[in-house]
Amino acid sequence: MNALTQPSELPAARGCGDLPVLRERGQREVFCGLTGIVWLHRRMQDAFFLVVGSRTCAHLLQSAAGVMIFAEPRFATAILQERDLAGMADCNEELDRVVTQLLDRRPDIKTLFLVGSCPSEVIKLDLAKSAERLSRQYRGRVRVLNYSGSGIETTFTEGEDTCLKSLVPEMPALPAGQRSLLIVGTIADVIEDQFSRLFGALGIDQVQFLPPRRTDELPPVGDGTHFLLAQPFLNETARALMARGAHHLAAPYPLGAEGTLEWFRSAANAWEVPENTFAETLRAPMARAEQALERYRAQLAGKRISFLPDSQLEIPIARFLHRECGMELVEVGVPYLDQQFMGPELDLLPRTVRLSEGQHVDKQLDRVREDRPDLTVCGLGLANPLEAEGLRSKWAIELVFSPIHGFDQAADLAELFCRPLIRQEKLAV
Amino acid sequence: MQLTLWTYEGPPHIGAMRIATSMDDVHLVLHAPQGDTYADLLFTMIERRKKRPPVTYTTFQSRDLGGDTAQLVKDTIQEAYDRFQPKTLLVGESCTAELIQDQPGSLAKGMGITVPVVPLELPAYSRKENWGASETLYHLTRKLLSPMATATGSAQSPTPEGRRPRANLLGPSALGFRCRDDVIEITRLLQSVGVDINVVAPEGATPDDFVRIPDADFNVCLYPEVAATTCKWLERTFKQPFTKTVPIGVGATRDFLQEISSIAGVDVAHALAPSESQLPWYSRSIDSTYLTGKRVFIFGDATHAVAAARIAQDELGFTIAGLGTYSREFARDIRAAAERYGVTPLITDEYLEVEAAIAEVQPELVLGTQMERHIAKRLGIACAVISTPIHVEDCPARYAPQMGYEGANVIFDTWVHPLMMGLEEHLLAMFRDDFEFNDTAVASHLGPAERPAETPAAADADAPLRWAEDAERELSKIPFFVRGKARRNTESFAAERGIHTVTIDTLYDAKAHFGR
Ligand code: SF4
Ligand code: SF4
Repeated sequence: MNALTQPSELPAARGCGDLPVLRERGQREVFCGLTGIVWLHRRMQDAFFLVVGSRTCAHLLQSAAGVMIFAEPRFATAILQERDLAGMADCNEELDRVVTQLLDRRPDIKTLFLVGSCPSEVIKLDLAKSAERLSRQYRGRVRVLNYSGSGIETTFTEGEDTCLKSLVPEMPALPAGQRSLLIVGTIADVIEDQFSRLFGALGIDQVQFLPPRRTDELPPVGDGTHFLLAQPFLNETARALMARGAHHLAAPYPLGAEGTLEWFRSAANAWEVPENTFAETLRAPMARAEQALERYRAQLAGKRISFLPDSQLEIPIARFLHRECGMELVEVGVPYLDQQFMGPELDLLPRTVRLSEGQHVDKQLDRVREDRPDLTVCGLGLANPLEAEGLRSKWAIELVFSPIHGFDQAADLAELFCRPLIRQEKLAV
Repeated sequence: MQLTLWTYEGPPHIGAMRIATSMDDVHLVLHAPQGDTYADLLFTMIERRKKRPPVTYTTFQSRDLGGDTAQLVKDTIQEAYDRFQPKTLLVGESCTAELIQDQPGSLAKGMGITVPVVPLELPAYSRKENWGASETLYHLTRKLLSPMATATGSAQSPTPEGRRPRANLLGPSALGFRCRDDVIEITRLLQSVGVDINVVAPEGATPDDFVRIPDADFNVCLYPEVAATTCKWLERTFKQPFTKTVPIGVGATRDFLQEISSIAGVDVAHALAPSESQLPWYSRSIDSTYLTGKRVFIFGDATHAVAAARIAQDELGFTIAGLGTYSREFARDIRAAAERYGVTPLITDEYLEVEAAIAEVQPELVLGTQMERHIAKRLGIACAVISTPIHVEDCPARYAPQMGYEGANVIFDTWVHPLMMGLEEHLLAMFRDDFEFNDTAVASHLGPAERPAETPAAADADAPLRWAEDAERELSKIPFFVRGKARRNTESFAAERGIHTVTIDTLYDAKAHFGR
């Protein structure tokens, strides 16, 4: 229970830049921001995502979504054709036609996101203008917004950042004199409920979530807003919220028991929750998390792990696996490093870690082969080839699609990393 | 712009990747943004390939666009060449790079690379995956074989005395449908009639193997979507004839053997009715009577759809209720087949159209792609997958060819499995109200699942047509797989006659009018 009562146990912030970073340029093996649609369209139940792009974009989306075709998806692609590019068809008219077709089919849609892609950006199709025009046309029925999910601008989870940023100007103003806590980033519904309960128990009852489950219930924002990032890839959204007067609560991310505790502490401090209320409230969940972690720690301790850049979750998860599960970090790669919002996490990484930013996938795989870690976290395209070389792997995308935040999921998160190791021990073929 | 929910084919550069990934000693450099690297997972996840596709992407970003993307292309080509040491280099671009017009193919040619360089034109805004595969195979073959075309004077000498005829198997590729097993099956079949296999390509071939293609007496065009263009060129250039029959199904396999006989002059009589071919007897067995007239809807690539239609009609005694393809390049074949079976051909790559067509026809079995599997699931109709696009479960661990006699055995099992067994179906029809055993349950060997609830078709039609309560109850006694159709038929029957309330009599009048 030390962590609960001794807030200053964490190392003092050392500022950034004291960890050497290996910066690489070469082939990147990551999804583009369009991929975010796969989870965003499930979270916001009255929103539809229309990608304006090519057949490649449509193909990426369905490949990333895999077999998750349980219901009609709330996303689609307006595929550019030769005649659109040759200027024979006015792209704006075409887009209006497609949007009309779509909204006729789905009268339940309240917000339509026009999502930019590489092709739409290269031909300089102004989706902001289109969104304005269509918003006027559908006023009172559908709000039309736009953001970029293109691969030339965004990397995988960054698509959620650009999407949420487009929602910020739409958020109503928080009346002066009111306070509220805003949790930013898509998390599983069950975790949202857990968090709400805990904040309530701490006496913080004005808690809202971005993105909301329905886009017609956007939370308000203003001077009285303090926000916590639930996901480590929402830098631009954070800056947009700050531009609307909101205050960022710096904290590690709520992954693992320790990260979650510090995350809650950051809010508790801002709300001046008494120390003992804080300790009392979080004692039980913290103890539960630590107990549940025990079993997995035994399996993970001393094992070596490398992360290839993928979801931006690499640093917080590496921190968790190292500090709470005793794993040895060999290399932690991230697509991009934003020191401002990663600072509290970087402070918790061991000084020995090889931190890399950007990617040169062939060189990085060379290093993996040389390091031979027990586990490599990587994208779907790389996992089986590594397995075939006798290197155990973990799909990074699973971390994005599983409930892993908060106290009660800390052990689940650890278990995800145990499974490939246990499997390796079990198999005798 | 085309509004698309799901797409049957990827863009053409995916086709190029399929050829490169099939082969050894080949590398493909693609000028493409980072997101396009998703394509690797198609091969490593769906097909569980053990190696990364031999593809290097430039992964240019926005900030590169202001600068020299051409230099980035050249650097990437040089690095990939140095690292992977391929014997042939393919160079292409995806949709976005096509717009910035760096012409990576021409750039590569000027780089002094000593192995053959094949520049690929992959127009992403007008063409699709199979076309891209076909073109890539064609240009690769041309590039590697053109020197020989002039040297040999392009004349194919007849098979020398005392040597068995040789054939190439062309078309099997990564992400094709059951190619691995089809190659084994057709290899065995050809060997059994005295034909040796010269080269299998592109799957498993190297550029050196390609060079031996002209050594064969003829080509077997296994997958026309991928290999027809190449086979035609080889016929023109090396006088190699090629087969036109795709041996899927018992009848087609026999026709294929006859074709081999006339091309290669071998005796195939003993191979026409081998004992391991179970389908003819299984289909005649009394148990299969219940298959008679089952209404099937068929959709897939043209080759597999046409083959499926023939098997369905001639070898299983089904009735074809719909036939279509997403392969526009082969629309003519589908039209011809559709005419033979008396249905309207459906040529489209729009998923929603296919869904509407299936909902309209209300078949008892859908033979389609992964897309149709989802449609069928939603509509509560039995389904088997016969064509790409595929998912991981369509790449089984066991030997499961589609071609040849064993392929026909596999097909019999796969298509019949999702259907209700004969007596089970009768019992359901007789005792519709059993609380445990009724038609919201699926076939007993398929495990627990519920059929989706049915929604009245004409609930919101503007014609004020209503169903009397007892007629509605009577309708619910009709087996689920024809109920939708019965409802629609009855309603259109009523509408034509100006009937506003459907009674039990209307229902049976309509039944008599339409027949089953
Ligand atoms: S990287 Fe660009 S072109 Fe490729 S799928 Fe993503 S948005 Fe589309
Ligand atoms: S839009 Fe067409 S049509 Fe386009 S990418 Fe593509 S292949 Fe294509």
